[in-house]
Amino acid sequence: MSDHLDCQQLLSSISDFVDGELNPELCRQIEQHLNECENCRIVINTLRKTIDLYQHQPGNQGLPLEIRQRLFHRLHLEEFLNHDPG
Amino acid sequence: MNGESIPETPLSLEALKKGDRHELARMVDLYSEKIYKLALKFTNNPQDAEDVLQETFLKAMRALPEFEGRSSLSTWLYRIAVNEALMLLRKQKPDLALDTAVQEEDSEEGISSNGLILADWCCLPEDELLSEESRRFLDQAIQHLPATLRGVFILRDLEGLSIKETAELLGLTETNVKTRLLRARLFLRQQLSRYFGERLKEWEQK
Repeated sequence: MSDHLDCQQLLSSISDFVDGELNPELCRQIEQHLNECENCRIVINTLRKTIDLYQHQPGNQGLPLEIRQRLFHRLHLEEFLNHDPG
Repeated sequence: MNGESIPETPLSLEALKKGDRHELARMVDLYSEKIYKLALKFTNNPQDAEDVLQETFLKAMRALPEFEGRSSLSTWLYRIAVNEALMLLRKQKPDLALDTAVQEEDSEEGISSNGLILADWCCLPEDELLSEESRRFLDQAIQHLPATLRGVFILRDLEGLSIKETAELLGLTETNVKTRLLRARLFLRQQLSRYFGERLKEWEQK
């Protein structure tokens, strides 16, 4: 592989790059390209931010009670509804 | 799956396979919340997610006597749930081809730097990025992903499974998972860039 990476090559490796799954040589080439290319810097930063926003969605609180009730009825496990779901 | 909710007494696979109802109820309570949330991510619709939840446990209870334990119980349940969710989506949108587009999705062709939106919206304040409206947009954007890409993104980036686990669950090769993940992430980045790019303009005018 040539020492100089173009934007297209960077894009093909961008996902592995943000996951830290690329070999050190390719990482070095990407970082070198990023130093010189503002567009690719924006793409990589907004890609990271996109993943980050999705990963930090607020978790909800437990299974809604009515859904648990209907589930237990459907499975014919009604007699265990009063057990503490924990 | 991450071992967050370990029951006080571990589930007895032997009892489950024999159809012990008390043990089955414990299994349902242990995994129903995770499966419901997973289904909600796939469908973005509470009624559909509830259907997937119920079908998953109905199928699991029927199939348990033959469960061989080659994978863990949670992985096995996850696999049933993912299949149920994909089946439901297929039924609802048969035109949203799940298989015909696969070849294209597994090649790297079309991953092009042309047409990328280059708004640098990372600097938007947190309350803009995390607003209710933004959240809704994020959820909707996932629904616009082709179903083949959606499963990979949900399992890998939302559920935090590894590439290998995602590949096993979806019956794909690891290379295919990586390619689809790349496409899914670039697709969502583009959607979010369009949305937050607009917010950025408004914000800069303030």
